[in-house]
Amino acid sequence: MPKVRLASVWFSGCSGCHMSFLDLDERLLELATKVELVYSPIVDIKEYPDDVDVLLVEGAIGNTEQRHLLEEMRKKTKLVVAFGDCAVTGNIPSLRNPIPREELLRAVYGEGDIPGLEEGDVPKMLPQAVPIHTVVKVDRFIPGCPPSADRIWTFLQALLAGKRPELTGADLRFG
Amino acid sequence: MINLRIDDTPVQARPGQTILTAACEAGIRIPTLCHVEALTPVGACRLCLVEIRNWNGRLVPACATPAQEGLDVVAHSDKLTALRRTILELLFAERNHICAFCVSNGHCELQDLATELGMDHVTFPYRFPSLPVDASHPKFGLDHNRCVLCGRCVRACSEVEGACTWGFSGRGVETRVEADLGDPWGASRTCTACGKCVQACPVGALFEKGKATAEQVKRPEILAEVTERRPRA
Repeated sequence: MPKVRLASVWFSGCSGCHMSFLDLDERLLELATKVELVYSPIVDIKEYPDDVDVLLVEGAIGNTEQRHLLEEMRKKTKLVVAFGDCAVTGNIPSLRNPIPREELLRAVYGEGDIPGLEEGDVPKMLPQAVPIHTVVKVDRFIPGCPPSADRIWTFLQALLAGKRPELTGADLRFG
Repeated sequence: MINLRIDDTPVQARPGQTILTAACEAGIRIPTLCHVEALTPVGACRLCLVEIRNWNGRLVPACATPAQEGLDVVAHSDKLTALRRTILELLFAERNHICAFCVSNGHCELQDLATELGMDHVTFPYRFPSLPVDASHPKFGLDHNRCVLCGRCVRACSEVEGACTWGFSGRGVETRVEADLGDPWGASRTCTACGKCVQACPVGALFEKGKATAEQVKRPEILAEVTERRPRA
């Protein structure tokens, strides 16, 4: 059986979901026999490849670069998964959303030229940090801040068994 | 006794009991949020909506509808689950309910309902409103970002404590709970600082000061205990 081509990406989030993924511990060995990690912050691959089976997206979408990348990744991926509360709801990055973008950036960086206010070397900050399903079609949702390793494993096991992964009950819990 | 059917199960109720109470006593769980034992039911949250087959499928709040002879009640169906999920999603979209960053994380009725009703994401656009926190009271705080306008605090304050400190101001999405006539809570001359509103609150809107993320546990059942509907725990 060919290996599942798995990818993960880290947008506006704290990397806690990836840390939780690494908390799979010895289960990572079993995972490694069944998947090929083709793109991720924890592997050294710069370009998002074609024909990805599953993409785990951590983090909300907070700037134009993230939005562009997510749109490109969607085109090359069969199953896009919102991985953790920031991707599912906006969560902590969305705490800035009630504050107007420029007011926020000025409060942090002061007067003058501010990176992120307009498109430049630093991508333009979006008016709000938004959940990923408001940008692209999302196939599955894994809530949790972060989702526990057990919850991630429940999801991955179903996926690797060729079933439609569907979290239910206590595994559908925010926070 | 009144005879009715809930989810095709014959159920008996005493005169004056609601459909919700009858269901509860028969071991049939109906989701609720604005309802709490000992307070007058108001049917505000609509999560307990049930369908009455022999009223042309009319939807009524189980908490505020008296049990009546011959009622054929549907408490669980795909349609009702979809309706309840929609209501829940609208509640989440209306204010800033960020579970990971809430005093009530892990002890929240709204969060529990999302799990119970299988809500894996919110399909409506979030409003992300700009809302204040009132930290003027020496013992308690009020975070409007978390409020679901269930009115449990308002009813606990007027019906159990008798202080009538809390009320609603505004309309629709602009509705706010407020102390006295919009004074900061700490400046209220009617508040007795009894804390019943805090215990009644199903979410993290009302909290005890000094509690950090996930530390606020509520005991809404104290309302039934102090009104002697239930023995004290």
